[in-house]
Amino acid sequence: MAQYLILVYREEARVAAASADEWEAALKDHLAFQERNAAALLGANALHFTETATSVRPDGSGGSAVTDGPFAETKEALGGYYLVEAADLDEAIAVAEQVPVHFGGGVEVRPVRVFD
Amino acid sequence: MATDPAVAAAVADAHRREWAFVLAATARVTRDLDLAEECVQDAYAKALTVWGERGIPRRPGAWLTTTARNRATDELRRRAALHRTLPRLLDRTAGPGPQDPAPEPSGDGEEFPDDRLRLIFTCCHPALAEEAKVALTLRLLCGLTTAEVARAFLVGETAMAARITRAKKKIAAAHIPYRVPPAGELPDRIDAVLTVVHLVFTTGHTAPAGDDLVRRDLVERAVDLARMLRTLLPQDAGVAGLLALILLTDARREARSAEDGRMLLLAEQDRRRWDRAQIDEGLALVREALRPRPPGRFALMAAVAAVHAEAPSWQETDWHEVVALYDLLVQIWPSPVVALNRAVAVGFAAGPAAGLAALDALAAEPQLAGYGYLAAARADFLRRLDRTAEARLAYREALLLTANTVERDFLADRLRALDAAGPG
Repeated sequence: MAQYLILVYREEARVAAASADEWEAALKDHLAFQERNAAALLGANALHFTETATSVRPDGSGGSAVTDGPFAETKEALGGYYLVEAADLDEAIAVAEQVPVHFGGGVEVRPVRVFD
Repeated sequence: MATDPAVAAAVADAHRREWAFVLAATARVTRDLDLAEECVQDAYAKALTVWGERGIPRRPGAWLTTTARNRATDELRRRAALHRTLPRLLDRTAGPGPQDPAPEPSGDGEEFPDDRLRLIFTCCHPALAEEAKVALTLRLLCGLTTAEVARAFLVGETAMAARITRAKKKIAAAHIPYRVPPAGELPDRIDAVLTVVHLVFTTGHTAPAGDDLVRRDLVERAVDLARMLRTLLPQDAGVAGLLALILLTDARREARSAEDGRMLLLAEQDRRRWDRAQIDEGLALVREALRPRPPGRFALMAAVAAVHAEAPSWQETDWHEVVALYDLLVQIWPSPVVALNRAVAVGFAAGPAAGLAALDALAAEPQLAGYGYLAAARADFLRRLDRTAEARLAYREALLLTANTVERDFLADRLRALDAAGPG
């Protein structure tokens, strides 16, 4: 078995503009997805908007530079993740295909690296 | 000691015929594509000397597989002793899959599974980029060297090596499975494989650049791959359609260029130079490929090629049938290039004015901007409508967009003929 991180990207502008009903529907879909895939799910979290992000980079002289904002400004931003266990990429993609997409965007499937 | 020419020929023949089988069977043992390739290359090198000493084995493929697998087993033991772990190809099924054909007997009691389908489905997995699929297929199924694959696609060898390494790394790291997909996924996955083989064929059939119209090596690889798929998936109509398309199109190969290398259009070709045996084989396959309703895209393209193959002359071509086939094709495959071909057929069925109108309807397609064939088709219709000045402009545009020398000569000839005919 292998682990995959499913990164959920969506358009923050559309999330911000969503009505209470739309928000409710998205939440319901995610809960249903989690229930359906409980056996494969190892962890999941949703994130606050990128406007709350802080980037920390080495400043080149031994210290660090702390800046407001995400690493890269994009229309579609990371909004959460699912960590899943799957036999292979096909199985991981089969889970990823079920992740609800409500506010544009989509998901990216990344194999988790194992060091030995 | 010089290698016996008969042995060298037998090894070269086994390379072309058996490479995919040997590699696929070895990959099942190694679960690592790089190691499998290394062991198979080694087996072929060994064959050159051993076959010279002991004679050519009755079943070269089985000999090569045994040799490669033995070497792989040794190497795996050695690596295990060194406590090196390997990224492994995943194979969830213990025995042969439902799609696996009967194992190949080696002649000395040993049997090998035919894993070629697993190998090609792995190389053409949807998680890989199109260009990586093509490169891996040529490298792993056809046994081309990285340099040969690079030449085929006009990419530097270093860039191609990086592309192949990256793809293999993804197969290992992301655990792309080494298996034949389950029935539910099979149609889409077969289509991805057919797309790759078709791309190899079209790249060879009209080389995108260079001095030769046809890259014969690539065309032959595409024929080999399509025939291999036909053996492995004999019931699949899409496979029959692709093989038919390739055979019918390639049957015109000898007639496509004049003695001096000049390109000849379908209208100008001497149809007696078409390969009749290949056409007959293709026509039988088209009938089979058209059975499912609706037929697939390769079956419909093959049906168009069949209309040409059956027409005794250009004048007697059934253009209404061609347009009808393209009408079906655009429905299942709404690609601007298909629409362009349809527009050209309309021009022959209903006259150049109708063809030009159909072409101009496509002028706004972003995918066709920069596509030389659109300008070339417009130029031809304009010429036939005696709109000489506009035709000249269109030929010049087509020339700017075409990198194949033989195609460029053809366009330049047409342009010169218009200039000679006087101002328009």
